[in-house]
Amino acid sequence: MRPVLFLICPVLLFLGASYLLPFLGIVQLSFTDPDPGLAQYGRVLTEDLPTGVIWRTLRLCVIVTAVSVSCAYVITLLWVRGSPLVRSITELCIMIPFWISVLSRAFGWLSMLSNRGLLNTWLQDLGLIDSAIQMTRNEFAVVVGMSHYLIPFAVFPLATAMRNVDERVLTAADGMGASRLRIFWQVFLPMTASGIMGATLLVFVFSIGFYVTPALLGGGQSVLVAELIYLWLFQIPQWGMAAAMSVVLMLGVGGILFILMRRYGEMAK
Amino acid sequence: MNRLRPGVLATLLSSLVALFLLMPLIAVVPVSFTSRRYLSLPNGDWSWRHYTALFGDPDWGSSLLTSVQVGVLASLLAVALAAAFCIGIWMLRPRGAGLMTGFVLLPMVAPPVVSSLTLYFFLNQLARWNSLVAYDKLGGVVLAHMVMIVPYAVVVIMVSLSQLDRRMDLAAQSMGASVPTRVFGVILPNIRFGLLGAFFLCFLLSWDEIGVTLFVTSVETITLPRRMWMGLRDNVDPAIAALSVLLILVVTVLVVIRAAMLMRKERRARGA
Repeated sequence: MRPVLFLICPVLLFLGASYLLPFLGIVQLSFTDPDPGLAQYGRVLTEDLPTGVIWRTLRLCVIVTAVSVSCAYVITLLWVRGSPLVRSITELCIMIPFWISVLSRAFGWLSMLSNRGLLNTWLQDLGLIDSAIQMTRNEFAVVVGMSHYLIPFAVFPLATAMRNVDERVLTAADGMGASRLRIFWQVFLPMTASGIMGATLLVFVFSIGFYVTPALLGGGQSVLVAELIYLWLFQIPQWGMAAAMSVVLMLGVGGILFILMRRYGEMAK
Repeated sequence: MNRLRPGVLATLLSSLVALFLLMPLIAVVPVSFTSRRYLSLPNGDWSWRHYTALFGDPDWGSSLLTSVQVGVLASLLAVALAAAFCIGIWMLRPRGAGLMTGFVLLPMVAPPVVSSLTLYFFLNQLARWNSLVAYDKLGGVVLAHMVMIVPYAVVVIMVSLSQLDRRMDLAAQSMGASVPTRVFGVILPNIRFGLLGAFFLCFLLSWDEIGVTLFVTSVETITLPRRMWMGLRDNVDPAIAALSVLLILVVTVLVVIRAAMLMRKERRARGA
């Protein structure tokens, strides 16, 4: 009994000391620096800069989630239900970007979209445009880059749901004379709803605390919550505000995860 | 059956998505051969200068070394902690096991920026007490990475343990084996592939880690992603393109080899 406890405790102590306690320190900071009380929260939730950033983050994350999940749905369909050859090709298209670092992928989008990048050069060579179109340092680039990063993550819950669809139900619908579109729309899509739900929440939760891609592709023009926290730490030091914003973010994500677990718990019953 | 395979429309849309996924990775290649010092396409004058710069510059080499050191140390320690925890939970099945596991998985589900802020705060506090495990020190980065990768190690090892036959351990116990004998003689040898997998996953995560690393380092301890970030943030350095091409090549080769191995295994299983 006792030797086994000796096994369980180290990691609990390690994370307790280097994660839980400092996080409580952050919470404390949010109530004390610089003004004691709820002043920091009041400022985070009422001042123009932070509220603007929060709304922009929510808006962009909703768009990114919609784009990622729909793109992922289409490609997962091929990955799960295609012929063996199609399946292995699709798998490579999903897995190669998945394992490549977020920095290389952001750089890839800079190479694509920047003023002297691939897209602008091609369009100019073709004579479609006269001068380069500004495609980076704006929300468009952020949405493109974040969606690109998150599509593979959306694929996994969708693939699980699609693999669980009973083939016989589809065959039955086909045998009863339903058209292909109708089989998809009224049978397949509803049967994969749980996967769509899971993918949506997963991608949304991931996107909301995103820092690297928006910072690189947004070029400081469309600051999101995570970048604002960074700015409040290193550029305009306001530790209390950064702490309060982190707590708000943590509560938001915690709330979403709570809903997710309750929903899945009910479905399991 | 064939009637229910994805149709033309689905195939077309998927191809567009696949193009979207691969395009930026391909776009990096021509940029890495530009002869200019800023992000641009080679205009007939392809050059290797950014590749030579990459290998000639000792800074990149030292960052590579830092990344490998951090990755190996953090992964070894994280896997050891996670293995001890998982084996303990598996053997004892204590009350509150779910709660404890949930706590250990916390850094995986919390927004990375919150973890970053927390670790920045913590390592700054530690800097008052020592100069080894602190802000912008190798030990500090190792600690920060450990916090972030321990949950993944726990998940992989838990899965591996769930496939282990409990009766094996019970047999050892009934024969009078002590806890160390059960752990080292029975359980660990049986989950060695899980441990290896956990180590590889942890190393990859640490190798790519940038979110937390940005917060806990500045000028002294610079991992490879951190140096890439520095070359990307201010004015874009095409040396990053050369490095990205190399990294993309390695990943592509590994993924293709893995896929080919799986396919061969599948075919052999079908043949047998």
